[in-house]
Amino acid sequence: MGRGLIWAYLAAAYAFIFLPVAVLVVFSFQDGRLPVPPLQGVSLRWYAKVLSDGDLMAALVNSLLVATVSASVALLLGFLAAHALARVRLPGSVLMRGLLIAPMTVSGLIIGLGLLALFNQTGIRPSLVTAGIGHVVINLPLCFAICYAAMGDQQRNAERAARDLGASEVQVLRLVSAPMLAPALAAAFFLSVTFSWDEFIIAFLLTRFDVTLPVEIWSMLRSGLSPATNAVGALVFLVSTALVVALELTVFRRARR
Amino acid sequence: MTAPVSIRDLCRHYGPARALDHVSLDIAAGEFIVLLGPSGCGKTTLLTLIGGFDAPTSGRILIGGRDMTGIAPKDRPTTTVFQDYALFPHLSLTDNVAFGLRMRGMGRAARIARAQEMLALVGLEGRGDRRPHELSGGQRQRVALARALAVEPDVLLLDEPLGALDLKLRRAMQDELKSIQRRVGTTFVHVTHDQEEAMAIADRIVVMNAGRIEDCGPPAQVYLRPATLFSAGFMGEVNRIPLTGGQSPLGPILPGTGTLLIRPEAIGLQGPLPLGPARLIDATFFGTYQRARFAPLAAPDLTLTAHLPQGMALEPGTELALHATAHVLLPETP
Repeated sequence: MGRGLIWAYLAAAYAFIFLPVAVLVVFSFQDGRLPVPPLQGVSLRWYAKVLSDGDLMAALVNSLLVATVSASVALLLGFLAAHALARVRLPGSVLMRGLLIAPMTVSGLIIGLGLLALFNQTGIRPSLVTAGIGHVVINLPLCFAICYAAMGDQQRNAERAARDLGASEVQVLRLVSAPMLAPALAAAFFLSVTFSWDEFIIAFLLTRFDVTLPVEIWSMLRSGLSPATNAVGALVFLVSTALVVALELTVFRRARR
Repeated sequence: MTAPVSIRDLCRHYGPARALDHVSLDIAAGEFIVLLGPSGCGKTTLLTLIGGFDAPTSGRILIGGRDMTGIAPKDRPTTTVFQDYALFPHLSLTDNVAFGLRMRGMGRAARIARAQEMLALVGLEGRGDRRPHELSGGQRQRVALARALAVEPDVLLLDEPLGALDLKLRRAMQDELKSIQRRVGTTFVHVTHDQEEAMAIADRIVVMNAGRIEDCGPPAQVYLRPATLFSAGFMGEVNRIPLTGGQSPLGPILPGTGTLLIRPEAIGLQGPLPLGPARLIDATFFGTYQRARFAPLAAPDLTLTAHLPQGMALEPGTELALHATAHVLLPETP
């Protein structure tokens, strides 16, 4: 009886998590005008519509651009900050570490509103760049924490040896620190890309004419339910899954070896 | 490449603690110097200062006559073999050894050829494609040595390089280290707390304690004619007999005041210095000798330790007249 209950619980838990996604994907193939039961037949026409929609495709490209660029910037800044704080004893380094991590605890809405107020004050117009800056703000603490946790004695000693052999600080970072941290750097990068890709509220507040995909989907939803929205959702889900699988195959497999 | 090192009145304080306390030392070009002492004696601090990883509180270091004050490790004519090897795990052995040459702007083909030469020097020819994690501890040690020597430093610093190896391998590596040093002619400064290792490889041993140099000289001198009681005790077992105005617990054996030092192997049944009759407490077989402990009849509380020939019949309780073949009298009292 105990075992059966465990399996039932497991099935229920997974159903709870994945049923909404499954429903979304199933009704993206709806051969009708509404993505609600009953399923009237299987059709790819909504995918065709989505893929030929210029605004949507532009938003998708924007999203990819914002995600990769903001993740790269967050990773670079986070890595350098972690390297500095792990190597050098500075007065108040505990406080600095705390301040770097702090944005993780602040909701995206607050960060978005804060940045919006700031950009308004300074006269900077909302754009993909401002949305990207918002994404750097939310991803930097993550990148910092992952890099900081991965730095150990072995690395410090190897860096010392590199300096001893004549490497400049830039060469130490490029030829020793970064390659030794490659799994952590890749993990931080892929996670940042995923978060930026899915992020809505900051992108919504900080973009205007060029928007990211979640913002475009939101404006589609305002004109009512359509299987097209489901098709976009399914595509977004596919990209996120691909990122997670890529992460699993490259980083975690290597780390486990 | 090689250069002399001159250490002048060097101090390194950590708050109130004095890791190095007015240390001065001149090292000749091509010399194999061993800094010997217990942990916390300042030997690693001195090595770190020569390498430039830390700055002295006061004093100067000159390498080849050039003042090293304010010069970063990467610009010093020194390289270091670290205790934990500190190899680059993401690079092949060839690339590890070639790293320093790459930093000096040597072209790829030339530096790889040179790295392979260095790997051959340490007995690892043909294994350049491997990664450090595929090697044993002794092999990693060799790679670290090859990497540090590849850039032809004037001075090679070795921070307890054999500390992580088992005893047998350590003894084998000592011989190899010594022969490599002879071949390349570089000045070696080697830190260890193992006095046997120090005697096996050093041209000169520098015995350190509490941030100061206690003794300095060739192994035989430091062992046979130690400058201080600490040096005598650290280099090996020694019998200490207090002497005041020619009087000792054993009687009037020698004129003078201070501490009479006699190594266990210098005590036997014959010799120029009679120590009087003593009763054998016990004897233990140690292979090449028997370690015997004696209680002198004149001073039963004083225990004398002697290394006697392995074939000698030793019965506890026997009384024997002991003599010393060699001794040192230091003015210090323990």
